[in-house]
Amino acid sequence: MIDSEATSQVIEKWLDTNTYHHGEFWDLQQLIEAKEKAGLKISLCIPTLNEEKTIGKEIIIFKSELMDRYPLVDEIAVIDSGSKDKTLEIAGSYGADTYLSADILPSQGFKPGKGENLWKAIYQLTGDIICYVDADIKNIHPRFVTGLVAPLIYRPEVHYVKAFYDRPLAFSEGIRPSGGGRVTEILVRPLFSLFFPELTAMVQPLSGEYAVRREVLEEIPFPIGYGVETSHLIDVYQKRGLEAFAQTDLESRVHRNQSTRDLGKMAFGILQSFINRLESLDMVDRMPDMSNVFRQFQAEGQRYEQVLKEIIEEERPPMNTIDEYLKKFSR
Amino acid sequence: MTDFAKRAPGYRDELKRLKEILLANVVMASEIASPTGEEEELVKYLTDRFIEAGLNSISIDEAGNGAAILNGKSDKNILVAAHIDKIWDKADDHTIGVSAASLSGRGVADNSLGVAVLASLPLILEELGIELDANLVLLGTTKSLGKGDLGGMRFFLDNTKLGIDAGLCLEGIDLGRLSYSSLGMIRGKVTVTQESGGEKLWYAGGAGVIGPLNKIIESIMRIDRPDKPHTSILLGSVKAGSGYNVSPTRGTLRFEVRSESEEIVERIYQEMLEIIEETQAQEACKAEMEIVARRYPGAIDFKHPYVKAARDVMDSLEVQPRIAPSTSELSALLDRGIPSLTLGLTTGEHRSSPIESILIDPIFTGVAQIAATLQHIDESIHA
Repeated sequence: MIDSEATSQVIEKWLDTNTYHHGEFWDLQQLIEAKEKAGLKISLCIPTLNEEKTIGKEIIIFKSELMDRYPLVDEIAVIDSGSKDKTLEIAGSYGADTYLSADILPSQGFKPGKGENLWKAIYQLTGDIICYVDADIKNIHPRFVTGLVAPLIYRPEVHYVKAFYDRPLAFSEGIRPSGGGRVTEILVRPLFSLFFPELTAMVQPLSGEYAVRREVLEEIPFPIGYGVETSHLIDVYQKRGLEAFAQTDLESRVHRNQSTRDLGKMAFGILQSFINRLESLDMVDRMPDMSNVFRQFQAEGQRYEQVLKEIIEEERPPMNTIDEYLKKFSR
Repeated sequence: MTDFAKRAPGYRDELKRLKEILLANVVMASEIASPTGEEEELVKYLTDRFIEAGLNSISIDEAGNGAAILNGKSDKNILVAAHIDKIWDKADDHTIGVSAASLSGRGVADNSLGVAVLASLPLILEELGIELDANLVLLGTTKSLGKGDLGGMRFFLDNTKLGIDAGLCLEGIDLGRLSYSSLGMIRGKVTVTQESGGEKLWYAGGAGVIGPLNKIIESIMRIDRPDKPHTSILLGSVKAGSGYNVSPTRGTLRFEVRSESEEIVERIYQEMLEIIEETQAQEACKAEMEIVARRYPGAIDFKHPYVKAARDVMDSLEVQPRIAPSTSELSALLDRGIPSLTLGLTTGEHRSSPIESILIDPIFTGVAQIAATLQHIDESIHA
């Protein structure tokens, strides 16, 4: 049995020290000075597939605020899976470097999927830190980058910074439930609670925005589809532990809503990646080690805390193994 | 053509280097809600930009206006203003769409582009290597629209200790707009109320206040409106009732009367008061009229050096001037005898709708026009 109390303490400590709010990094000038002192180069990668409606605004905001006005980002690259719309034309017109994923590392072939673009970015881009931001964000803002790269700039021991978004649709004063989207809450968080309880500390493990050091990116495999974020967390956790992670509250993220059918596909892809990880980590036959504690989160102001619930799924045997039943029905 | 006008096409090309900065300011100014009277967040954004540009005397005054000074070398002051407020509520979706050629969304033209150019002006002048002799007073004005009645600009002009020698107002659309005169105007609301008649037989029917309100509208539209001086009566909204089967007991009519002649505005106002009184006397209703905004006509001459300068610059940029009187900030400036202009910045469409849009490429022409015209004004006030 996993030591639930010890896990809780690890998570509480990590939430205290490694969970940020983007507002803590408002001073861009200070951030740039720290980046220059650390001798870091930062690349921003936006993976795309038919994102003409939102890509222009993202590039304009990031280039203006984080390259032209404040030189925090050294390159902005759009890596595209083969859009049929004007995604690349628009991105290029606003000053982004644009690449077709299929043209990068041609010796490795091309596989259509977001993870492919993220993986090829490691080869194509030159930054010591690569910050990945999805292209479908309607309320784009410089915080989507500054909030993620800042912990890496200020803390050399942090290697992987994940975004999370507080999404209280409505709540009264005080405590409110907090967490990820539907797939996170009904699939990933239960799986992590069972097999990798410390990873439940990530409020939004599936968020598409994260910044990572090159030495971490180059040592982990990349599922090309929906499972890339989940498998990243497991792989980095296995190699470097929870201390390698940080997470930043970027407040709200407005994006197009996905249908339940699409979420089903996403869940299926994630589950495949997850089971692959269990196999590669030789955990398939270690089911008795599973935790019975389910971990969710609630927030008060900007303070996040765990909500633990012990859930033991007990079972009854088939009725035809019960003596009384057999006697009653003369079986 | 003057030297400044000749330089304008070159400015247009140079300004393209600031494309992303300019457009980012438009996007951010657009996505911050700023209804009249609730402009604090957008004013904060503007003054943050002023701080980043290293301007002087950055302040937010009692009316909520955001102001700053780009110091020149003389004691003359040129005011550049853009109204901060928008017609949209905080709850409306302020998301802006960006394509390769245009930006679209609520308020992008009116007046987020004006605010963005105001915020970017120090950088624009620096990029073009322009150093004015006069101090440039940059002002984002609040409470401009509707019932706001130019409250921000009026407060600033009534209370500033700076002597303003010239004014330039920025409006998002349309490029070519050249306003140097203001119209006389009254803006108001007629409210008709009627006590509920109690339960009526279902077949009796009834129009409630719609009847008297309709009578008022018909009478107003019969008021004489001369072509010269140009005069118009604009009915902006009529509201009464909320369903299918209940006669409304309250109705409102919002209107605006505009004329180049103050006497005619006053005459129409008096006639409207008589209509209201007559309706009240003849119909079983209460009718009243409230004036929420008023402007007095004013102008500088067509041959005024600023007007000539603006026309010269437009000519150099191959922009066709569209001379139109204004009822906005310009009238508060002209009221106080400050020679001023309003200029538009780009072309656009669907003004005041959720799909309001502006074209990107003409923005550089519009901004080049502002820079060259400012140089002209600067030279004129020191001549």
